[in-house]
Amino acid sequence: METKVATVKMRDITKTFGSVIANDKVWLDIYKGEILALLGENGSGKTTLMNMLSGIYYPDEGDIFINDQKVVIRSPKDAFDHGIGMIHQHFKLVDVLTAAENITLGLDGKLDLKAAAKKIRQICDSYGFEVDPNQKVYDMSVSQKQTVEIVKVLFRGADILILDEPTAVLTPQETDKLFAVLRNMRNDGKAIVIITHKMHEVEDLSDRVAILRHGQFVGDMPTKDTNAQEMTNMMVGHAVTLNIARPEPVNPRPRIEVKDLTVRSIDGILKLQDVSFTAMSGEILGIAGISGSGQKELLEAIAGLQPVEKGSVSYIEDDGTRDELLGKDPLDIAEKGITLSFVPEDRLGMGLVGGMDLSDNMMLRSFRKGRSVFTDRKSPATLARRVVKELEVKTPGIETPVRKLSGGNVQKVLVGREIASAPTVLLTAYAVRGLDINSSHTIYDLINQQKQKGVAVIYVGEDLDVLLELCDRILVLCAGKVSGIVPGRGAKKRDVGMMMTRLGGNANE
Amino acid sequence: MFEAILSFLPRAIAQGIPLLYGSTGEIVTQKSGNMNLGIPGVMYVGGICGVIGAFLYEQSLPSPDAINSFLAVLIPTLFCLLGSLLMGLLFCFLTVTLRANQNVTGLAMTTFGVGFGNFFGGSLVKLSGADMPFLALSATSNCFKVTLPFADKLGVFGDLVFGYSFLVYLAIAIALIASFLINRTRTGLHLRAVGENPNTADAAGINVNLYKYLATCIGCMIAGLGGLYYVMDYAGGIWANNAFGDRGWLAIALVIFTIWRPNVGVLASFLFGGLYILHMYIPSGMNLAVKELYKMLPYVVTIIVLIISSLRNQRDKQPPQSLGLPYFREDR
Repeated sequence: METKVATVKMRDITKTFGSVIANDKVWLDIYKGEILALLGENGSGKTTLMNMLSGIYYPDEGDIFINDQKVVIRSPKDAFDHGIGMIHQHFKLVDVLTAAENITLGLDGKLDLKAAAKKIRQICDSYGFEVDPNQKVYDMSVSQKQTVEIVKVLFRGADILILDEPTAVLTPQETDKLFAVLRNMRNDGKAIVIITHKMHEVEDLSDRVAILRHGQFVGDMPTKDTNAQEMTNMMVGHAVTLNIARPEPVNPRPRIEVKDLTVRSIDGILKLQDVSFTAMSGEILGIAGISGSGQKELLEAIAGLQPVEKGSVSYIEDDGTRDELLGKDPLDIAEKGITLSFVPEDRLGMGLVGGMDLSDNMMLRSFRKGRSVFTDRKSPATLARRVVKELEVKTPGIETPVRKLSGGNVQKVLVGREIASAPTVLLTAYAVRGLDINSSHTIYDLINQQKQKGVAVIYVGEDLDVLLELCDRILVLCAGKVSGIVPGRGAKKRDVGMMMTRLGGNANE
Repeated sequence: MFEAILSFLPRAIAQGIPLLYGSTGEIVTQKSGNMNLGIPGVMYVGGICGVIGAFLYEQSLPSPDAINSFLAVLIPTLFCLLGSLLMGLLFCFLTVTLRANQNVTGLAMTTFGVGFGNFFGGSLVKLSGADMPFLALSATSNCFKVTLPFADKLGVFGDLVFGYSFLVYLAIAIALIASFLINRTRTGLHLRAVGENPNTADAAGINVNLYKYLATCIGCMIAGLGGLYYVMDYAGGIWANNAFGDRGWLAIALVIFTIWRPNVGVLASFLFGGLYILHMYIPSGMNLAVKELYKMLPYVVTIIVLIISSLRNQRDKQPPQSLGLPYFREDR
C-alpha cells in the first residue's frame, strides 16, 4: 500500500444543500489499479462526493488533487479532461438516440458516427462487451444500457471510473459479468470506485473500502482486513445485527388464492400466464424473478389496478368464506385490508405525491374518513410524526415536500404509511430498493412484525440473499410463468437463480 | 379550374410563409426543451419592429422617390431581428435563468407582444396623421416585394416557382438548414440531447443553458421574420392592429403537425396556408359562419395528427422528452 501513489486526493471537501450538510470536510484517496468500495448509509453523501469529482456538483470548500496537481472541476467536461468518468445510478442516456450517438455526446469535432462505431467495437472487443452502435437506447435492456454507459466512459479515455450502485438493477448473472469486466479494468491499471449497499459485493470485488457516515469520512482499510459486520458498524456508528430474523409462521391459513391468472399488457404482450398460488396468513411469500418478469402485473392484479385476461383471485376470510377480488373496485379491495405498497423504479411514481408534504401524503390513505366536509388533518400529521420517529426518517419536518427527501427516506414514508393502515394482506415490491443496510433491516423488522400479526405478506424482492433469509416460501417467476415455488428454508441461491432464467430451473442443458 | 388552382397555389404559399417562419423558430426552440408559447407575441413584435424601422427610415427621406432599396430592406429587417431577439432573451431570462414556468411565461409574452404591437401600431398611425386606422409603408414594401427579374418570362412555371420575394426563399432555406443542423451535425445532436434529457446532456459536458438560450433566441429571431414578412410582403406594407390574427398559434400547431421536423414544415406550411384561405375558394355565399368553419381546418388536421401520433406511440415521433421543464443541475 505504501508504494502506491494516490491518483486522486480529495481534501477537506465540504458541500451543503441549503441547511443540509451533505459532505463535511471529507478526505478521500483513490489509487490506480485498485477497486475502492465507497460505503455509507442513505444520505451519507457518497453520491454527492462522487458527483463533485465528476463535475455535476461543485464543492463549497476543499481541494481536489489529481496526480498531485491541484485541479478545479467545474463541469463534467473538466472531469473528462482529467480522465474521470462516472456511471450514474440513473443512467444518463438519451432514449431516442442510438448507442453511438449517446457515446459521442458532448465531444467536439465533426460528427462521424461511422468512425465512432469502429472505435466502440474496438473497446467492446478488448473488454468483452456487446454493444450495437446503431441500436436505439429505448430498445435496450437495463444491462445493455449500463454497458453503453461504461463504453461511453472508456470511449473518452477515462482511467478513473466511478460506478454508483451499478448492480441495483442487474440479475446475478449480469452482475458477475460486470464484475469480471471491472476486474479486467483494474488489472489494466485503471482506478475504480464503486458505490454499493450490498456487502457481499464489497467483499467479493473491492480491494479497499472507504466509509462515510453523515457526510463525514469515518475511515478506510483494505477489504481483506475487515468483514461485513465491522463495515456495517462503522457505517451506522454502533453495533448492529446483520441476521434477518425469520420467525416460524403462526397458524397459517390460506388468505389469497390466485388461480390461472393471465395478464396481457396494453400492447398485447403476455405478462403473466396461468399463474396460480396461495398466500397464507402469517407468512411471507417471496416473489423472485428477473425484473420485468411480471411481478408488477401480479401485484397490481391482486390490488385491482390491472385488467386481467383470465383467472381468479379469491380472498379467503378466517371462517372460510371466499370473495372474488377480480372485477372489484380497487377501493373495495383496499377496504378489505389488502394494501399495496409498491415501490416502482421511480419511487414517487405510485404511492406518494412528490410535491406534497409528509402529512398530506399520509392523508392520501385517509382523506375519505372523517365526518364533516372538511378533511381531518390532525391524524395524518400525528401519523407522519410517528413514522418519522419510529423509522428514523431524515427530514427537516413533516411539512417538507417528499420530493426533497433522499430515496431511502421516501421509501420509509411509503412503507410506514401502508403498514399503519393495519392491513390483512401486505403487498410490497422492492421495499428496500436503494436502501442502505440499516434502513433495510428496519423494513425487514416491520414486515416481520406484520407477519407475526397474522398478515399475509407478499414480498417482491430483487436481492436473492434477502429473499432466501426472509421469506417462508419463494415463488419464482420466469417470463410471466411460475417457474416453481420453493420453501425459503434450505433453498439454494444457485437453484433459485437458475429458476429465474429457465422455467423449472433445470440445470441440464 | 386550372386558373383557379394557379391563383390558389401562390396565395396558399404566401399565406404559409409566416407560419413556416414561426414553426421553424418554434421547432428550434422546442428542440432545446423550451416550450415558447410566446411565439405569436414574438411574431407580432417582429412585425411591428420592422414597421417602426421602416417608418423611421421613410420619415428621414426627403421624398419617397429617394428610397434606397438596400437600406429599406436592411433597416426593418435589423429592427425586426433586434425586437425578436429581445423577446427571446426575456423568455430565456425568465424560464432558464429564473426557472419560471414556461407556459405561463409564454402566454404572458404573447399577450405582451400583441399589446406592444397594437400600442406602437396605433401610435404610428397617429404620428403619420392618416385618417384611416392603418399605416401604409408602400415604398418599403415595394423594396421587399422585388422578385427575380426573369420570373415573368417563364410563364406559368416562372410565376409558380420564381415569382416570390426573397423572404419566401429565405424561409424555405432556413427551414432546410435547420433540419440539416438538427439531424446531421454535432450541434444538432447536442441540441436534441438538451431537449430530451438535460441531465444527461449536462453530464456529457454540454452547456445546457447556453444551448437553451441560443436555440430560443435564434428561434425567436426566425419567428420574428415571419411577422416582418406578413407586414412588408403579404400585407403590402400596411399595418393594421390585430390584422396578423391567429397565425402565431397556427405556427405552433404546425410544429406538432410536422412532428418537429422543419423540412416537412415547408410543404406542411403551404398546406396550412391553403386550408387557411380555402374558404375564399369555396362558394359559401354570404354565410360568414361557414367561412369561419373552414378556418378551423388547420387546427382540425393538427388534432388528427396528434391523435395518430399518440396512438402509434413511436418513440422517435414524440415531442422532446423534457419539453417545458426547467432544468437545474443541483435539483433533486
